[in-house]
Amino acid sequence: MLAFLLRRIGYLIFVVWGVGFAAFFISHVVPADPAAAALGSNARPAQIEAYREKYGLDLPVYQQYLRYMVNLFQGDLGNSLRTQRPILSDLRDFFPATFELTLGAMFFAALFGVPAGVIAALYQDRPIDLGVRSLALVGGATPVYWLAILALELFHSRLGWLPGPGELNPYLLEPHRVTGMLVVDAALAGEWQVFGSAVSHLVLPAAVLGAFSTALLARMVRSAMLEVLSQDYVRTARAKGLAGRVVVFKHAMRNAALPVLTVMGSLLGSLLTGAVLTETIFSWPGIGSYATSSAIGLDFPAVMGVTLVAGLVYSLINLLVDVLYGVFDPRITYA
Amino acid sequence: MTAPAFLRSKPARRFLRNPGTVIGTALSLALILVALLAPLLAGDPLLQHLSDRLQGPSAAHWFGTDQLGRDVWARVVWGSRISLRIGFVVVAVSLLAGGTVGLLAGMLGGAWDELLMRVTDIFLAFPALILAMAISAALGPSLGNVMIAVAAVSWPNYARLLRSQVLAVRTLDYVEASRALGAARFRQALLHVLPNTITPLLVQASFDIGSAILTAAGLGFIGFGAQPPTPEWGAMVSETRNFINEAPWASSAPAIAILVTVLAFNLLGDGLRDVLDPRGRTRR
Repeated sequence: MLAFLLRRIGYLIFVVWGVGFAAFFISHVVPADPAAAALGSNARPAQIEAYREKYGLDLPVYQQYLRYMVNLFQGDLGNSLRTQRPILSDLRDFFPATFELTLGAMFFAALFGVPAGVIAALYQDRPIDLGVRSLALVGGATPVYWLAILALELFHSRLGWLPGPGELNPYLLEPHRVTGMLVVDAALAGEWQVFGSAVSHLVLPAAVLGAFSTALLARMVRSAMLEVLSQDYVRTARAKGLAGRVVVFKHAMRNAALPVLTVMGSLLGSLLTGAVLTETIFSWPGIGSYATSSAIGLDFPAVMGVTLVAGLVYSLINLLVDVLYGVFDPRITYA
Repeated sequence: MTAPAFLRSKPARRFLRNPGTVIGTALSLALILVALLAPLLAGDPLLQHLSDRLQGPSAAHWFGTDQLGRDVWARVVWGSRISLRIGFVVVAVSLLAGGTVGLLAGMLGGAWDELLMRVTDIFLAFPALILAMAISAALGPSLGNVMIAVAAVSWPNYARLLRSQVLAVRTLDYVEASRALGAARFRQALLHVLPNTITPLLVQASFDIGSAILTAAGLGFIGFGAQPPTPEWGAMVSETRNFINEAPWASSAPAIAILVTVLAFNLLGDGLRDVLDPRGRTRR
């Protein structure tokens, strides 16, 4: 186990380094000129020159890379060209909102996707199964931004049930920052009005972001359950007269949980970095919005920072899933 | 009259039995036809009639008009060319690049295998949309750059898939036999291993056409893809989103076009998997 972990952590470090390396060269061997983009079209050549010197953009690429790596090992991701602040503090500000949104989306997906998949499997080829499968197919093909636009139009503009874009009603003050996630911080501070507003703002974007995952999860749960339900031990359990409920919940679902766990892990990873479109439409102050504005502004150090963090998070989640796999399935050994 | 022999064969029957598969195949073919016949089916997608802004669907404008009085039907039809081209080019490039890496890794083994697969891991860990945004921001937003960006994040799947296939096929008797007969490694790879790994690749490719179209349209939506007035579906949804209240058809038509296209190729992929890989049948 320890050897396995050490090897995997070694891989992880290599992968994250590679992600950073590739991102660095993509962003430095490009025709676009970040200096000109940051200073605007009215900048004088001397200003651009000074700016390049200040940020080391005039050095050869390999020297820039060395400089970047040296700073990185001191926990310095550089400064954003756009916000002029250290990228690490930018990320610290923006990441919790994304995390909160992602957790909301996962919650939504688990709440609807898992029961839908189980029911579809239990009633294979009946109308309810066909309904779940059709919905899952459509859900997996729907452009998330259109869903977001429709949801906002319907639930916000027409029905007025839910608030529009943003994280909080503008007249409310953000709670004292502990985790950076407004829902959690408001609860910790006991500010229930803020809590209510934060939760109601979270519902729509989380549901929209979670729609694709719900569809995928329903499909995976269904197929995992079908696989398990056809196994001998399930037939045995039924044959010895156990109640259907016990067979489904105790024998089948536990064994179907493993492949589902993997899917949820990879979903979590992809949601954290895939929230870009949802965040843009809902004006959600997360790293997706941050990455978009940074890319538009040719703020490559910031894009690199986001990429590194995203690569790290993705790799960590994969590692965690693999370890959990062993915890839940005693047949797996880490040789 | 009896059906032609190929329709009565076992795989064909399995393919035709599943209504989803038939719908998916029919839709995919219909979409390809629409793209090919665009000049015959629709007028100029760029022609503006400012006096006819935001008109509802009618005989003259089947899908209504947008905020510049352009015919939404014409824009959706012409847009199918862009989206399908993106889907096919991206998958072709990813298949070629990822397939080569996977084949090499599987056939060479040892340190090469390790190195190539670790590089693949790196690209798998890349946040797809963010990489795509960075590439198209750096190279300038254009359709070609969208294709590069989407291919850059989708090839690792093929590398992994082909490698695992190669490892599985390599030890089979007939490949061993060809090695015993002294076939060169390269010859073995091309003649004996590759043809037997096509099935899962084909299934994956079908799914990826859909997901490439979805990703590319997402990039178009946030402005990193085709630029206005190009009738690209994602960009069209974005351009017309502020008129969702007065003219829901203008943004819904291209969005539904994306949905239908992705759905068609996903259904096709499901069907192909059922036919070509009978073991995976329960995993619908």
